[in-house]
Amino acid sequence: MPLLKNGAVVPDPWIALGDVAPVPGDGPILVSWARWQSEAGVLAGRNAAIGIRLKNDEPAEALGPFIGRFDLVALEFPKFTDGRAYSQARILRERLGYVGELRATGQVLADQLLFMRRCGFDAFDTSLPDPAAAWRKATASFSGFYQPTGDGHATILDLRRRPTG
Amino acid sequence: MVKAAEGGSQVATANRLRDGAVVFLGGGGEWTPDLQDARVAASADEAHGLTRAADEAVRLARIVGPYLIAVANESGRWIPQSYRERIRAEGPSLALPRAAAAKE
Amino acid sequence: MYRYDDYDRALVSERVEQFRDQVRRRLAGELSEEEFRPLRLTNGLYLQLHAYMLRVAIPYGMLSSKQLRALAHVARRYDRGYGHFTTRQNIQFNWIKLEEAPDILADLAKADIHGMQTSGNCIRNITADQFAGAAADEIEDPRIWSEIIRQWSTLHPEFSFLPRKFKIAVTGSPNDRAAVRVHDIGLRMHKDAAGEIGFEVIVGGGLGRTPMIGKTVRKFLPKRHLLSYLEAILRVYNQFGRRDNMFKARIKILVHEVGTEELRRQVEAEWEQIRDGALALSEDVIAGIAAHFAPPAFEALQEIATAVEVLRAKDIAFRRWLDTNVAAHRQPGYAIVNLSLKPHGGIPGDATAEQMDAVADLADRYSFGEIRVAHEQNLVLAHVRRADLETVWRAADALGFATPNIGKASDIIACPGLDYCSLANARSIPVAQRISERFRDVAREHDIGDIKLNISGCINACGHHHVGHIGILGVDKNGAEHYQITLGGSAEDDAAVGSLLGPAIPSERIADAVEALVDAYIAERRGGERFLDTYRRVGSRPFKERVYAAA
Repeated sequence: MPLLKNGAVVPDPWIALGDVAPVPGDGPILVSWARWQSEAGVLAGRNAAIGIRLKNDEPAEALGPFIGRFDLVALEFPKFTDGRAYSQARILRERLGYVGELRATGQVLADQLLFMRRCGFDAFDTSLPDPAAAWRKATASFSGFYQPTGDGHATILDLRRRPTG
Repeated sequence: MVKAAEGGSQVATANRLRDGAVVFLGGGGEWTPDLQDARVAASADEAHGLTRAADEAVRLARIVGPYLIAVANESGRWIPQSYRERIRAEGPSLALPRAAAAKE
Repeated sequence: MYRYDDYDRALVSERVEQFRDQVRRRLAGELSEEEFRPLRLTNGLYLQLHAYMLRVAIPYGMLSSKQLRALAHVARRYDRGYGHFTTRQNIQFNWIKLEEAPDILADLAKADIHGMQTSGNCIRNITADQFAGAAADEIEDPRIWSEIIRQWSTLHPEFSFLPRKFKIAVTGSPNDRAAVRVHDIGLRMHKDAAGEIGFEVIVGGGLGRTPMIGKTVRKFLPKRHLLSYLEAILRVYNQFGRRDNMFKARIKILVHEVGTEELRRQVEAEWEQIRDGALALSEDVIAGIAAHFAPPAFEALQEIATAVEVLRAKDIAFRRWLDTNVAAHRQPGYAIVNLSLKPHGGIPGDATAEQMDAVADLADRYSFGEIRVAHEQNLVLAHVRRADLETVWRAADALGFATPNIGKASDIIACPGLDYCSLANARSIPVAQRISERFRDVAREHDIGDIKLNISGCINACGHHHVGHIGILGVDKNGAEHYQITLGGSAEDDAAVGSLLGPAIPSERIADAVEALVDAYIAERRGGERFLDTYRRVGSRPFKERVYAAA
């Protein structure tokens, strides 16, 4: 599936592993949270990047103690109407201080890209016909936001308080 | 996928996508607001024909939410068998507010 | 009232352009209905029985005269000349074309009006007391907080795909006119022992299939914590609300299934993490919003207007209207005027474009250009000088908006029902019309006194029938319209869900049944009891006997 990151479609270097597939000697691997929990020793011992696939009914807070070890966390939108991953994303970014790639997977549609970015996603598994164009359109669609999130945007309330001129 | 009704005479109904108008699949394959111009299916095969045409019209972004409804012929006019579909075909059962505007 | 600044305007107009593009893609077949439906719902556009219906947001029921004229313009230009005011203080237009919806929203945006989040699984219109800023019994103006919540909840990136819709109501008065106990979150402003004003936070109220009264999760929340606390509640709900069954997806089910104590624990654990963060409300931000709700330039007047008292003594029609439709104002010499949109035999809550324009003119002349929408589907001119009451009465009467029935038997709350709504099982408007006709005799209606009749055309309960003193629910029984009666509901501080009286009654007998209920009340009442008081004292038996006697 094409990976949209930094406004462009890029190759995806991550090797997605099922729960029983053998772990390769090197290369960045993406494993389920369940697999990390049962094989953390082995997985952490590799001299290569680890990514975690978290289901949307697994608690994001649980990654807290290990958060510095992951270079990728992949969250899921099984249907685009299932919005649990938006909360997981914010917890990972804003509470746990996660700085690696935060990837949206599942049913990722153009009209939700901006919400996803605001919640901290910076990479998107998407089957959109022109992901880069969809990204440009989504990120240009609104100039102001009422709510503070971890995306660094000043909110409308902040902007109102700044002295003008 | 269009939902099918059971037995008897049926027509396909939907809302026109662009304006929401209640429409029925007509004899010539067009979607018409007049139930009396609807193509009436008398058998399961004919009902499947309605369903296929409706699914195609959804694909072509002409209509939305099609389904089949039961109709019966009363004195030469086709009448929907449920009171919900009668209201849908005929409009609200009320005198709309325009007629009852400010007191004279 | 709140005046948009450039930031608010930019957001609304950007939203219009976003929706315009979504509509274009839908009509071109680039978006399926499944992909488009949530997008149009979060702009207020439903596909209904006969056409698209647009539900326009009227934030906490407040309109300027310019805004009311913009609504009249939409009714006239794009619809069939009228609109319907709803039980959540919004307005609905029933005959909308999808291809015109972006232009409609663009026209509304010029008056700072939108349809954002009036549908969909997101935070809906924040509703409040229609007498806000005017009522004599108000502790603090709930509109300040409603506006703060409105901004926080608009296009919230984390909470736009909730398990289900989410409704918040705010009351600033101990006499709750906003039905806070039957909302997903109800906020009741009150003072703590030290005299500080804060919020009682009530969670998990709601009507529909499983009506429930909300539970107090926090007795006193200081104002500066309002948004962080709401965010904590929504985050818990977004993560743990059920998504497997749409009929069990509201927060009331979560509260019911985990228990109030556990929900409180989860909310407060989440809140501890965020309470002192970016959502903490500083004094200057609060003051900035509050400044929009400063009282208008009231004149210094005597409380009593002699002309009103003289006319009250002479003219029985004027006296009756004063008794029912005029409420006390906190400012001496002023009054709150209710415009009844429930003429006997009329369609509850509907207004034509001409009526809307005329009310806008009245507001400009007599009420500082403000109009409010009550969740009882009436309109309110909140700041009328008592000296102008006669003039306003005559003008309202000429419009058909002076029926002296506020809070009385013919002030029926009714959803649009099967005449308009694709969810309905039965019609509600003709039932409301037939019942209200039975109470044309004003003397009798006033003798019956305060009574709330609510009619819903289906179990979704948009007519709030569960909290009616008399609730009527339309059902389909063997292919014919029947109506179930519930008694003893209340949406006020004594909130309660009504109890089913007996088997459903066929359409042709429902008006007789309502008269039988009223007759039972008249026969049983003592002292100054209202219908609800008598029912609570004597129980359902006398009512049941009369209603089913001729069965």
